[in-house]
Amino acid sequence: MAAMAAALRGLGGRFRWRTPAVAGGVRGAAQGAVAAQLGRKVAVVDYVEPSPRGTRWGLGGTCVNVGCIPKKLMHQAALLGDLIRDAPHYGWEVAQPVPHDWRKMAEAVQNHVKSLNWGHRVQLHDRKVKYFNVKAGFVDEHTVRGVAKGGKEILLSADHIVIATGGRPRYPAHIEGALEYGITSDDIFWLKESPGKTLVVGASYVALECAGFLTGIGLDTTVMMRSIPLRGFDQQMSSLVTEHMASHGTRFLRGCTPSQVRRLPDGQLQVTWEDRTTGKEGTGTFDTVLWAVGRVPDTRSLNLEKAGVDTSPSTQKILVDSREATSVPHIYAIGDVVEGRPELTPTAVMAGRLLAQRLFGGSSDLMDYDKVPTTVFTPLEYGCVGLSEEEAVAHHGQERVEVYHAHYKPLEFTVPGRDASQCYVKMVCLREPPQLVLGLHFLGPNAGEVTQGFALGIKCGASYVQVMQTVGIHPTCSEEVVKLRISKRSGLDPTVTGC
Amino acid sequence: MAAMAAALRGLGGRFRWRTPAVAGGVRGAAQGAVAGQRDYDLLVIGGGSGGLACAKEAAQLGRKVAVVDYVEPSPRGTRWGLGGTCVNVGCIPKKLMHQAALLGDLIRDAPHYGWEVAQPVPHDWRKMAEAVQNHVKSLNWGHRVQLHDRKVKYFNVKAGFVDEHTVRGVAKGGKEILLSADHIVIATGGRPRYPAHIEGALEYGITSDDIFWLKESPGKTLVVGASYVALECAGFLTGIGLDTTVMMRSIPLRGFDQQMSSLVTEHMASHGTRFLRGCTPSQVRRLPDGQLQVTWEDRTTGKEGTGTFDTVLWAVGRVPDTRSLNLEKAGVDTSPSTQKILVDSREATSVPHIYAIGDVVEGRPELTPTAVMAGRLLAQRLFGGSSDLMDYDKVPTTVFTPLEYGCVGLSEEEAVAHHGQERVEVYHAHYKPLEFTVPGRDASQCYVKMVCLREPPQLVLGLHFLGPNAGEVTQGFALGIKCGASYVQVMQTVGIHPTCSEEVVKLRISKRSGLDPTVTGC
Repeated sequence: MAAMAAALRGLGGRFRWRTPAVAGGVRGAAQGAVAAQLGRKVAVVDYVEPSPRGTRWGLGGTCVNVGCIPKKLMHQAALLGDLIRDAPHYGWEVAQPVPHDWRKMAEAVQNHVKSLNWGHRVQLHDRKVKYFNVKAGFVDEHTVRGVAKGGKEILLSADHIVIATGGRPRYPAHIEGALEYGITSDDIFWLKESPGKTLVVGASYVALECAGFLTGIGLDTTVMMRSIPLRGFDQQMSSLVTEHMASHGTRFLRGCTPSQVRRLPDGQLQVTWEDRTTGKEGTGTFDTVLWAVGRVPDTRSLNLEKAGVDTSPSTQKILVDSREATSVPHIYAIGDVVEGRPELTPTAVMAGRLLAQRLFGGSSDLMDYDKVPTTVFTPLEYGCVGLSEEEAVAHHGQERVEVYHAHYKPLEFTVPGRDASQCYVKMVCLREPPQLVLGLHFLGPNAGEVTQGFALGIKCGASYVQVMQTVGIHPTCSEEVVKLRISKRSGLDPTVTGC
Repeated sequence: MAAMAAALRGLGGRFRWRTPAVAGGVRGAAQGAVAGQRDYDLLVIGGGSGGLACAKEAAQLGRKVAVVDYVEPSPRGTRWGLGGTCVNVGCIPKKLMHQAALLGDLIRDAPHYGWEVAQPVPHDWRKMAEAVQNHVKSLNWGHRVQLHDRKVKYFNVKAGFVDEHTVRGVAKGGKEILLSADHIVIATGGRPRYPAHIEGALEYGITSDDIFWLKESPGKTLVVGASYVALECAGFLTGIGLDTTVMMRSIPLRGFDQQMSSLVTEHMASHGTRFLRGCTPSQVRRLPDGQLQVTWEDRTTGKEGTGTFDTVLWAVGRVPDTRSLNLEKAGVDTSPSTQKILVDSREATSVPHIYAIGDVVEGRPELTPTAVMAGRLLAQRLFGGSSDLMDYDKVPTTVFTPLEYGCVGLSEEEAVAHHGQERVEVYHAHYKPLEFTVPGRDASQCYVKMVCLREPPQLVLGLHFLGPNAGEVTQGFALGIKCGASYVQVMQTVGIHPTCSEEVVKLRISKRSGLDPTVTGC
């Protein structure tokens, strides 16, 4: 099969494939891999258009290359900075301060990502999924034309097609100098040299996570946001997240919007902005400007109209139904490219696998996008699942909602005297017995590890009564969830005391 | 009231209270301690996790409560304040020293992440011990304040029963007081066992009662035992750079899943802890230079071995703290084999108004959170009109060894014994924490398995997780298992990426399939 594909490629590349062709990163690969496991003939096409700065990367998609993976590793590097400062309190004779070398970290992170690119290539090969590194666009609803880096074209046709092209960071093109002088999350993880003094523009988790680790490794970092942080997330929790960052070295310029970026003779960037509160103009000088103002679906070069696939007029994301089917019955879409879906790796992976099972495995299980847990890996991490407090109140009414909460102090913070002011957890429940848990919000160390298991509980319809009946594991931060007893309504002090 | 009490105390310890009644001398106590005339609604013996929780809950329900707590110094002379084992010589100092040890590994990781930390970094025991001890002392103080704020009377006296409603307390100076109560809760916990049959054990060895309070480094240490106490102590001692050996007679972590227990010790062995398996010590002698010489028998070879250590730490089990209680005066029955107090599902002893909770009780987990919950529920039943009993089923726990082991529910062998191999399905995975990749840390023992019924929807019987932050990972799954989660529901739960805990909801390979359970990819 591989040999035949190669021969055909040499012929200028017309292929006929009997079964699915899949486009995209990790999600597409997962889906393709499952389809292949079900005995189908599968191909994956993947192509990375270089960023405006020229950054490119290998197979695996956003998560592997310019998302979750490098983000978490750099976040870990930043956390180590704090732990190195803790260490003397625990008896370790580490001379302080300890300098950080960006290049060493970046090289290690980039090498790991490259090993994952390779790992994905090997996996596809082992599962007999054909892989083409081509930029694909529809010719008709069953056929795709791929253009390889050299310009060579191939044609691929398939019975079923899955679009999983994801998204790319948005450039605020209306801001003078934005494109020429700014970078995005596509670039930050691949920089060979330190970004230096950085202005991060945006209020998304991408903005805050990047600003967080940049601050943590010792760089002068400013976050500029137009209005509220983490739109869509619980706002009380979002405030605590940024409050923690502000008290740990990140500068915030709230209510500001940039109007211009210029390059100064010495190479630094001068940014001009408007402070919407005062109406005044502000300027600042930075080494790097990182735009984190949202992402756009990667659909423009797909020629979707040739296939008849509909997209949302406002977002350009692909419209699908509950079976992930587009307006064309045999064309599906999953992941970040889809309208109304969470932009998360695990949902894309699960949706992809379930789709393959429905197409080829005789299953009828649909993807459930409800109660999907997630974690924001800011310096103090925020894990959540279910409804925010405001969503719950909007949906059920204040009177029918009970919120239990606690300010706690991680044991490991005590010895080094770390500030635990924002270590906080709240559980949003229905007030009516047995008090169904609607949402859980945890701010603290290892928030992802804490939240995952509770997501299972919430999936099982856990009630507050059941939470109270669950014995804690001591000493941990996660036990604070099952020890929640103080309601907001009571007005009592929610600070946890004592062993 | 307090002033009057102080005045009365001055009279050599006879109290008269107008509402519950008289506590006189021994004879007076027998006559005076009748219902409605006793000093307290509730007397709690033991100011540890269970005792304090019960006392505070009862006080919040408006009752008149007293707590008596006393710490008999260890054979080495170590003593501590209010709060019990967990606060003083258990969970709290253990986890802090464990954290110190983990930091050692993280300091070694740091250069890989770009931090220019000169290696190796030396560790100063004294600095760590002082910080840990100071934190514990702040907790002692915090507990004193809490009791005071909730109007719970506290007596630092060693208590023993005079009769079933009366207790005599002896304060440090020798002064006596008598306290009577309608209800009494025994929560005296336990103390480490000394293997007294081993020559030199008592004179030269220490226990977990002492290790956290040492002012000087224990140096080269022999830890004798296979319990989580032994492994956790050996783990942090190794982690802070001390030459550490664990001697065990047979298997590690008896009672825990044995496959997981093996992985725990395998990790420790590959990270610097020496193991002497199948060995039992016979003698400890002190050498002229102050070091300790230990002689042992290797049960496999029959040969004798000797070694020299600075410290010998006995971690060979715990015994209930009941001997000085004079339980027979109250008629409280204990187990003939363990001497632990026998209770029913309401925590009631053989005497209807006397209860027992925590480590001192037969057949209960020796865990702080179960004692705390049992204490609170007991107070609610006694004084709050509740009928809720403590459920000791599916209690999660975590062993804080260098690579942590969190678990809830049945071990694989328990499940197989109970249901039969054919009716059990075990899903498992070897995974690699993302944070281990950059520094090239060995993840060989990072492993998770879920024990389920084979029959759909495949009820989850037990979860076992070995890896970083195992306690944080396991807690939420304990809720899920409490709610009767099935494997189907686990599969439907979306993962949080990138974490270690998501590996639980990504479990797909069964042991039965024989397929390679190594997680690959993103």
